[in-house]
Amino acid sequence: MKLLTCPMNGPRNIDEFQSFGPVRDLIDPDATPDADWSRSLFRAENRRGVVVEWWRHVPSNYFFLAERDIVSNVVLRTYAPPARDGKP
Amino acid sequence: MNRLPAPFGSRIDRSRPVRFTFEGKSFEGFEGDCIASALAASGQWVLSRSFKYHRRRGVMSMTGADANALVQLPADPNAPAELTRLREGMRVTAQNVNGSLEHDRDAIIDRFGRFLPVGFYYRTFMGPGSNGWYRLWEPMIRRKAGLGIVDTAAEHRDFDKAHLHCDVLVVGAGPAGLAAAIDAAEGGADVVLCDENPEIGGSLTWGRHDPNILAGLAGRLAALSNVKVLTDTVCNGWYEDNWLPLIQGNRLYRTRAREVVIATGTIRQPAIFRNNDLPGIMLGSAAQRLIRHYGVRPGATAVVQAASDEGYAVALDLLDAGVRLALVADPRPTAEAGPFERELHERGVQVERGAGVAEAEGTGGNRHLARVRVGRSWIDCDLLAVSAGEVPAWQLPCQAGGKVGYDTASAAMTLTMPDAPVRLAGGVAGLDAPQYAQPIVANKKGRDFVDFDEDLQVKDLQNAVKEGYREIELVKRFTTVGMGPSQGRHSALATARIVAEATSRTVAAVGVTTARPPVGPEILGVLAGHHEPPERRTALHARHLALGAVMKPVGAWWRPYSYGAGDTAVREEILAVREGVGLLDVSTLGKLEVRGPDAGQFLDRLYTMAHASQPVGRVRYCLMLNEMGSVVDDGVAYRLADDRFYVTATTGAVARVYADMLFWNAQWRLKVDVLNLTGAFSGLNVTGPNARTVLQHLASDIDFGRDAFPYLHGREGVVAGIPVRVMRIGFTGELSFELHCPSSFAPALWDAVLVAGGRHGLRPYGLEASRILRLEKGHILIGQDTDAITTPDELGFGWAVSKKKPFFVGKRSIEMRARLGQTRKLVGLRFPADASEIPGESCLVLKDGAPAGQITSVGFSPTLGCSIALAYVHIDDAAEGSMVTVKCRSGQRLRVPVAGHAFVDPSNARQEL
Repeated sequence: MKLLTCPMNGPRNIDEFQSFGPVRDLIDPDATPDADWSRSLFRAENRRGVVVEWWRHVPSNYFFLAERDIVSNVVLRTYAPPARDGKP
Repeated sequence: MNRLPAPFGSRIDRSRPVRFTFEGKSFEGFEGDCIASALAASGQWVLSRSFKYHRRRGVMSMTGADANALVQLPADPNAPAELTRLREGMRVTAQNVNGSLEHDRDAIIDRFGRFLPVGFYYRTFMGPGSNGWYRLWEPMIRRKAGLGIVDTAAEHRDFDKAHLHCDVLVVGAGPAGLAAAIDAAEGGADVVLCDENPEIGGSLTWGRHDPNILAGLAGRLAALSNVKVLTDTVCNGWYEDNWLPLIQGNRLYRTRAREVVIATGTIRQPAIFRNNDLPGIMLGSAAQRLIRHYGVRPGATAVVQAASDEGYAVALDLLDAGVRLALVADPRPTAEAGPFERELHERGVQVERGAGVAEAEGTGGNRHLARVRVGRSWIDCDLLAVSAGEVPAWQLPCQAGGKVGYDTASAAMTLTMPDAPVRLAGGVAGLDAPQYAQPIVANKKGRDFVDFDEDLQVKDLQNAVKEGYREIELVKRFTTVGMGPSQGRHSALATARIVAEATSRTVAAVGVTTARPPVGPEILGVLAGHHEPPERRTALHARHLALGAVMKPVGAWWRPYSYGAGDTAVREEILAVREGVGLLDVSTLGKLEVRGPDAGQFLDRLYTMAHASQPVGRVRYCLMLNEMGSVVDDGVAYRLADDRFYVTATTGAVARVYADMLFWNAQWRLKVDVLNLTGAFSGLNVTGPNARTVLQHLASDIDFGRDAFPYLHGREGVVAGIPVRVMRIGFTGELSFELHCPSSFAPALWDAVLVAGGRHGLRPYGLEASRILRLEKGHILIGQDTDAITTPDELGFGWAVSKKKPFFVGKRSIEMRARLGQTRKLVGLRFPADASEIPGESCLVLKDGAPAGQITSVGFSPTLGCSIALAYVHIDDAAEGSMVTVKCRSGQRLRVPVAGHAFVDPSNARQEL
């Protein structure tokens, strides 16, 4: 079983985690045409290479970010989400 | 008896005989014997019939890898006779026989083999008709195929799981594994050393080695306290980040190792010639295992095929065991004589160089080996020990990312490992001696088996290539080579050589098929272990049982369905609520406390109603949408303070709501925190016209008066000495107060309410009464009356959606969906009291004969005296009084009038009493 390093709880078995998918840009709903809005909801990029993903450590309900190569399944790093002012 | 004296027979205890039966005949072995060794000691060499041709088969490798030596135990199909230890009274039978092992009616197939060409399944089972496979062939093949028989009435057995963590896991306790474990442990590492055999030592225990080598290693190991040695333990796979299952008996160790050393050694290979499967033909290493482990003399007169110096060691061992050596045939034309070959020469044994066994013949019915042909001469013998070379045990390394290669110069299969904390040691890392690749030529008369499990001969593989299957993975699928229990251990290299030859490629270019876990077969019980799903009980569970509640599971929770069994109990509970007062345990509700200066703004973004402007002390309905604008949850939010809300969520959704709240805030970064109080707090709902009176009988600092505590208000205080949060909300449509308190106080609060309610006919009610009560009032249940695309408009919940807020999750999508036009609406249906059939949940609502919606909830209302339902109907039929058509389970169509949501008290006078 794969290990994933939670920034708060350290390395834990992957079955303690839940994937919340790649980070999406929070688009302005009022400035987005219907077609683009639908696409942002239903169409995933799924490009080869490194993606930044949301992960949840289930027992602690802690959300963090992981950079993962979705071809090799190697997690390059995990980190706490930045604060609103950009500071971690 | 073919037994040898000590020191042969390291595993057996000659002072403890063990009696057992095989195919109904009585046999005797010794404590420590395996089934196969005890039978061999008594001269019973045939263990099974082969898969396709039903040929007699017996001991081949003594490693338990092949189908040859699988037997049936009463409760265990496919028990490896070469590994399964003998127990007193064991009843063993042969597998894959039609009749008995001795008289197998299917043995005739061996003589008509040409009608079973390679790829038989793919060629034959195409017709007749479109369902030929299912109607005709599949049932027929199922009777013929498969190995053992599962006894579904077998006794229960206990399986468990344990966890192991170590610095270094060494798989295989042969010389290399022992050395690796000792080195690592002497360096200070925490080591686990596992081996599938009952003792450590690996080949040192059965090969021709100086016993001092093993004694020295065992002594050093015994002096180390930081090595955990697990014998009889199979490492059955490698998973990411060095996570490995170790199976010891009925226990599965889930093992995490910083580093893994794979020292699984090599797999000795059989030779390919006509009738190479006869009982009496075995690997040289199998003969050595029989001699040293079990003290069994493997034959009286032997021929040894020696394609390496190890073969000469086998010959010497046979001599020592009193076996007459008829001939040692070394197929290598030239090779420098090794130490064992020189020793054999000194003992005057005839060796024929440049000659391999070309063919074998059996006694009548191919019961046992009778003679072999080397060159032109036939030699009588009852044992042929084959040392044809070896391959690294590639299964585990390949799962860990290793790649199989082939070195043409040394004719050796090689392994290359990735840059990872997984290393190889010993024979699996590289073979000591160059291998001899004896050319493989198909015998014209066949029966030269490459894969013993699947009865595949050389020509079968050559024909597969002729059919156009050139890639090894396709050859495997067409011929089934490597699909049997041995998983290619004895056939993969030969297959690669045959396919390479037939396609004019190198063996390296052909390769082997992908190795996946498990390495060997595993009992399903080991994987299942103890299965006790978690169960949640409310703090009032014992109170419910004491009152005779019928408990039912709701997700992980157990809730009272009704107090006392039967429809009457449910009906009485409903009437108690409508006419007096009822009490419901609502502790399973999700309870979340949202705290922080941005709490109001946070709920405004998550829910459809306005919460930032909600006054302190007020309770407000909350409706949650997902980004698609579909309804996903509802509950209430009670504002305890400017910066504090107590929010409820549905029982089934609270885990997801709690996750979603923090997921959104990981992005929004509002100053707010969420605490899940679902288990920490319990809830009681007191409901019915007498609810207020009951509460007013309890000592409290809360004024429950009509004007002091209006509908949709909340109060904190003390009731009967217990700290509570009280909300004037309910699901029944009656006057209701919901009391929440820390769970440790819940039984005391329950008792106090029951006592106070006694004189007012207060009655606890269960889930079924609650379901009908809410249906009578037309309240929806999320997930029951909503589906993945339900919008607030479809529920008639426009009132619950703020028109003023600039943003909430799902807002953009419901606006867009409103522009697309609404197609259905949830309405009430009231069935005539004399209706001959009432439709069930999910029955279709039709519009002009086509489905337009479905029934979502249905039940008999004792209050109204008829059945009622909630259902989606076409938007054009949604007005009260419209007639819709419902299709019942029998197919009968009913015309039913549409009612409003609330069948009982549509004006809300009762709940606002």
